[in-house]
Amino acid sequence: MTAAAITMASVLSLSACGGGEQAAQPSASGGGDKQQVEVFSWWTGPGEADGLQAMRKIFEQQNPTLTFFDAAVAGGSGDKAKALLQSKLQADTPPDTFQGHAGAELQGYIKAGDLEELNSIYDELKLREAFPEQLVEQISVDGKIYSVPVNIHRSNVLWFNPTVLKDAGVAGAPKSIDEFVAAMEKVKAKGKIPLSIGSEWTVTHLLESVLLGSLGTDGYNALFKAGADWNSAEVTKALESFKTILSYAGDPQDDWQPAAKQVADGEAAFNIMGDWAYGYFHNPPEGGLGKTSKTDFDWAPSPGTEGSYLWLSDSFTLPKGAKNRDGAVAWLKVAASKEGQDAFNPLKGSIPARKDADQSLYTDYLADALKDWASNKLAGSIQHGVAVNQPWLASINEAVGLFIGTKDVAALQKALADAATANAQ
Amino acid sequence: MRRARTWLPGLLLVAPSIVAIGVFVYGMLGWNFQLAMTDKHDEVSEGNFVGLQNFIDIWDQPRWHLSVNHAIVFTIVFVVGALVLGWLLAFLMEKGIWGEGTFRAIYLFPMAVSFVATGIVWRWLMNSGMEERAVGLNRLFDAIGLPQWQWFRDPDWGMAAMALPAIWQMSGYVMALFLAGFRGVPEELREAARVDGCNEWGVYRHVVLPLLRPVTLSALIILGHISLKVFDLIVAVSGKQIITDVPAVFMWVAVFDSHDPAKGATIASYIVLSVAVFVIPYLVWSVRKERRS
Repeated sequence: MTAAAITMASVLSLSACGGGEQAAQPSASGGGDKQQVEVFSWWTGPGEADGLQAMRKIFEQQNPTLTFFDAAVAGGSGDKAKALLQSKLQADTPPDTFQGHAGAELQGYIKAGDLEELNSIYDELKLREAFPEQLVEQISVDGKIYSVPVNIHRSNVLWFNPTVLKDAGVAGAPKSIDEFVAAMEKVKAKGKIPLSIGSEWTVTHLLESVLLGSLGTDGYNALFKAGADWNSAEVTKALESFKTILSYAGDPQDDWQPAAKQVADGEAAFNIMGDWAYGYFHNPPEGGLGKTSKTDFDWAPSPGTEGSYLWLSDSFTLPKGAKNRDGAVAWLKVAASKEGQDAFNPLKGSIPARKDADQSLYTDYLADALKDWASNKLAGSIQHGVAVNQPWLASINEAVGLFIGTKDVAALQKALADAATANAQ
Repeated sequence: MRRARTWLPGLLLVAPSIVAIGVFVYGMLGWNFQLAMTDKHDEVSEGNFVGLQNFIDIWDQPRWHLSVNHAIVFTIVFVVGALVLGWLLAFLMEKGIWGEGTFRAIYLFPMAVSFVATGIVWRWLMNSGMEERAVGLNRLFDAIGLPQWQWFRDPDWGMAAMALPAIWQMSGYVMALFLAGFRGVPEELREAARVDGCNEWGVYRHVVLPLLRPVTLSALIILGHISLKVFDLIVAVSGKQIITDVPAVFMWVAVFDSHDPAKGATIASYIVLSVAVFVIPYLVWSVRKERRS
């Protein structure tokens, strides 16, 4: 009996080492004596999942006694993942660590007492020096830090197909919202889709770029401070532009990937999406579209936002009551390390949150992003949890979803103003 | 004592399920209604009693009107569609079609598929791309020269399109119900009608259909309550987008995105009440009928 058990165990551990894509084991110490760390994320799409695998490799090399359990839930922007996470947290069965956007999105978890503060880890790893000062300042709540940012993404990127623009007689990426509308009109005359969009959240994503482009960085940032005026004439003007831009949009696609693909395939001219689209455009066909940058697709800051970096950051947390706390801390250390971030970010199509990253790894779009991150003014994303907390974002998404049907600017502005009054702190 | 011996074992036998249903169905229902009458609008606050305030306030929200309208359109199209199609299939079966067993299995099969799987397939079938971008049904329609549609993305008729996968899934089940009903009509009654000079249509109109009323009512109630609670199909086809919003999806967003338990509980209460409108008259009717017989 004992002999049989030992044989079984050795067979299990052998197969665990042999298989490159080993199946996830649900029980904590199933076959061998390895301890499992449940890492909850929404990185399942092409590009992002590759980045996660690269970081997992480093984690398992550095921690031979731990196995990585990938608890990823599909769906862009993490909307389905966050719903599942909420029920796990309420049932007090949190994953060992979960992905969350750095910034206001974590406020709810912090208020509910779901997260451990990470100040001691920041001190131990000297992360306050490693990350930009402004980033640390923005993710701190009363001097406490609750997450480890792995990357920086840019939200205000205009992706375009150079061939489609050339055929339509558009000289280059439009620099202002008026130029953008004029360019889309030319594309429309050629029978191509001027602007591709995905499901409703991608329209909120579009809205934040339009708000930034129309109001400027300071005007935009002021919207999320105490006493912000969402009823101003400037906001009305921005929302009118939003309505005009949306009138050039093609049929909504299922998610952001098919919308981005329309640009890569030359069906559409423009798409405003975060820079995670770069990995999707550029990665080889198993995970991406394998397109050549500058010829098949090109990029620019979204119209009117040159010099502004509309940022967001994916970060990992330490939930209170994690089953394998030590394992989670080990994961956070990999996620915070130069090695981990340099393995993850080139594949994900983002730049590292650390200042000391190996610049030679970031070429093409990412080199531009690193340069802009260092010099631009910063503004926090709405859709991706930097500027607004979750209930506020839900109200904004509702207002935008209704607006897509009604095209009623006054109702949209009123709903946005009400959402700000109800949720601003 | 002797009397106790007759009812006690029976009671003991059903006691576990009475307790389980009491706690997990009626207890939870009660908890939900209690929560809906508080101002617990985030997870951490205590929640004070506010009466029916939440039930009134929700009618000020444009999204609530939209989702209720969607649920009504979906319910009408789905229930009528599944009843008519199911009845028609059962009628053809009853006429003694060749290979009836095979057809019955084929039509009943979709019921074995979950709404989520159905939804994912129909999301592709009902893709709104047209002409050179058409896939699924639009591609087929394009090829045979039929007009192409926006399907569930149509601002006015989107929810009617959304009912198509539900009809596809449930009409086989309705067929089985009707078929059992048809078979339950004694041949002697039909013959008597024919002897009295009824044509075939008259036999159905005056003899079979009236006898099918109880079956139709059961089918109506089963379809009606599925329809008012619909959630998985909608989420699988379009996610939580406003264009296909229904009360159950709104409830999900209220609880998990807006983090507003009281609002979620209010919507849940409305869903329960709307289903009760269907179910309670049926229960009253069947209890009365049992007493009579």
